[in-house]
Amino acid sequence: MSHLGLRARKGIADTLCYVVLILLSILWVFPIVWVVLTSFRAEGGSFVTNFIPKTFTLQNYVNLFADTSVFSFGQWFANTAFVAVCSCLLTTFITVSTAFVMSRMRFRLRKPMMKLALILGMFPAFMSMIAVYFVLKSVGLTQSLLALILVYSAGGGLSFYITKGFFDTIPRAVDEAARIDGATNSQIFFRIILPLSKPIIVYTVLTTFMAPWMDFIFAKVIMGDNYSKYTVAIGLYTMLNREFIDQYFTRFAAGAVCIAVPITILFIALQKYYVEGVTGGAVKG
Amino acid sequence: MKAETTYIKDDRAVKLTYLIMGWGSFAYGQRAKGVLFFAAEAAYIIYMLTAGIPALKGFITLGTREQGWVYDPQLGINVQQSGDNSMLLLLYGVVAIIITVLTVLLYLSSLRSAREAQRMTAEGRRLPSFAEELRSMLDSRLHITLLILPVAGVLIFTVLPLIYMILIAFTNYDSNHQPPGKLFDWVGFQNFSAMLLQRSTLSRSFFPILLWTMIWAVLATASNYIVGIALAVLINRKGIRFKAFWRTILILTIAVPQFISLLIMRNMLSNYGAINELLLSLGWISKRIEFLSNPLLAKVSVLLVNMWIGIPYTMLISTGILMNIPEEQYEAARVDGASPLMIFRKITMPQILFVTTPYLITQFIGNINNFNVIYLLTDGGPQNSSYYFAGSTDLLVTWLYKLTANHRDYSIASTIGILVFLLSAVFSLLSYSRSKAFREEEGYQ
Repeated sequence: MSHLGLRARKGIADTLCYVVLILLSILWVFPIVWVVLTSFRAEGGSFVTNFIPKTFTLQNYVNLFADTSVFSFGQWFANTAFVAVCSCLLTTFITVSTAFVMSRMRFRLRKPMMKLALILGMFPAFMSMIAVYFVLKSVGLTQSLLALILVYSAGGGLSFYITKGFFDTIPRAVDEAARIDGATNSQIFFRIILPLSKPIIVYTVLTTFMAPWMDFIFAKVIMGDNYSKYTVAIGLYTMLNREFIDQYFTRFAAGAVCIAVPITILFIALQKYYVEGVTGGAVKG
Repeated sequence: MKAETTYIKDDRAVKLTYLIMGWGSFAYGQRAKGVLFFAAEAAYIIYMLTAGIPALKGFITLGTREQGWVYDPQLGINVQQSGDNSMLLLLYGVVAIIITVLTVLLYLSSLRSAREAQRMTAEGRRLPSFAEELRSMLDSRLHITLLILPVAGVLIFTVLPLIYMILIAFTNYDSNHQPPGKLFDWVGFQNFSAMLLQRSTLSRSFFPILLWTMIWAVLATASNYIVGIALAVLINRKGIRFKAFWRTILILTIAVPQFISLLIMRNMLSNYGAINELLLSLGWISKRIEFLSNPLLAKVSVLLVNMWIGIPYTMLISTGILMNIPEEQYEAARVDGASPLMIFRKITMPQILFVTTPYLITQFIGNINNFNVIYLLTDGGPQNSSYYFAGSTDLLVTWLYKLTANHRDYSIASTIGILVFLLSAVFSLLSYSRSKAFREEEGYQ
């Protein structure tokens, strides 16, 4: 009897768990479903009384790319892809080489530099935003994609801590063995440490590739009102300005879906590396 | 460093290096290196004479000529004077200081190199040729080669702007002193005292916003952490099926770019948004709920939406930790008659806490600076008329951003930035001094 009671109790607990999970899932998926539905909605406007569209259409997606009278989403997409590829290559190289130097080389300024990197990281990024703009303006680089690439990549020299933590876990004996065989430090870096560091490199590439798709502050400050140089993030953000929102809301939803789908797929495919990166390699799968 | 182990008195060639960079290297036969050092010195002197010294002067005065009409005695009429631009003078001044510091470092390195050459010659050893020195840039001095790019990037895009903005906090560069029309000038600690000590509109905005920032950071961090772990434990429970499915649903929200999900949320939560419409049509409410425009409700809303954004992260990370706890530990505990609650408290929680403490503190500092959620959802609103250009949900960072972007009150914004830095620094110090990775860095290897 008591055995059965225990099983029944477990059954009730399980059911409760499922109820909680289902409710939470609905809560989490609701906004996503809503924006997907909105992207196929034929009725315009930003506020509608019905959750499910009355008529479905693909026109929002077509207009998004075809109608370039005010905004040219295709151009933004190309801009962002270009900036993302360049800055992720450059940033990854900068981050990984800084991390290698801090992990493997020993020189006088090493500790001071690491401390300085920590201190610099504690200032709010928005504080220096306007000064970065002045600097770019004084060399005539504002409203250009190159400026964006430089600004995104320059941060790589400060965000090496996670990668360094990973390199620290690769035993020193590996380097020493190579050194006995006559390898130079650069050979150790390129031929030994880098091939052993696939997870952390994937993590760095992934996070830096995604950054330009999401940043709408620095890009906005640098690009001003030059719509043709916009990235998707500021472009979509602009579509929701008061003067555009009614006409462009469904198109915004279509654009949001276009951005979210590739990033979501990328993220889910690589989430293992992401977890390893965030926990600093503390979790070994 | 090595020069200090066997101390040799500087000879004539080294002494001349005090004046002429590279002389010592040149005299000891390292010709190319000597010439390069000398070229650097020459370039610096030319720079200082043409641009550097005026820049430093401008840095001190921040401009003396105001734009406007001045009487020209020769012509006998008023002529327009272009005026100085304090903003550019300050920027060039900072650049001149950075260039000077870099040259001093190079100067010290030329001295060190000369002494090293003297010592090696005295010991009868052959000096490395230029080609060999170049090759060492890929080996024993690889750090210099690899760090050139990162250091240049950080200097230009982080250090220079930061020094500039820190200095701005000690000027009166605000909406009333906009160059080139008007000059701004050094005011010392006036901004800080207005913010912290005097009973001004500024301080009456600063302290309530600081309080809300801290409340926000504590609640946002705690709610995400606790619910995220609870959810991970729930999904990881024995007997729950489709584990991967539940996790994937939550992870979807991490993958969707934050600005997209937040803009959607803003739209859904607005007075005429989807949620109000849905609740009205279901007949559950008769009056629209002001999710984002009522001061108190807006605070609750941003906290709830932040949970929607943040919980999946904690869930993802603690799931990884949970799956790493060996099943035998649970078995052993169960055999010993431990209750599920006890198992959670004695086995699960310590493991999670151990791994996630640094993460928790970074999250807390991240939340002090959590710009996206507030800015995209409420834009700091609803406006609070007793504040200085701020709203009820504004954090210090969003206030800083608004003052910079909308009102051009750069000096006040910089003052806030420095105070936020001090705040983050205190918590970071706690975090890093306790973080194992930083303390035991060498222990790993």
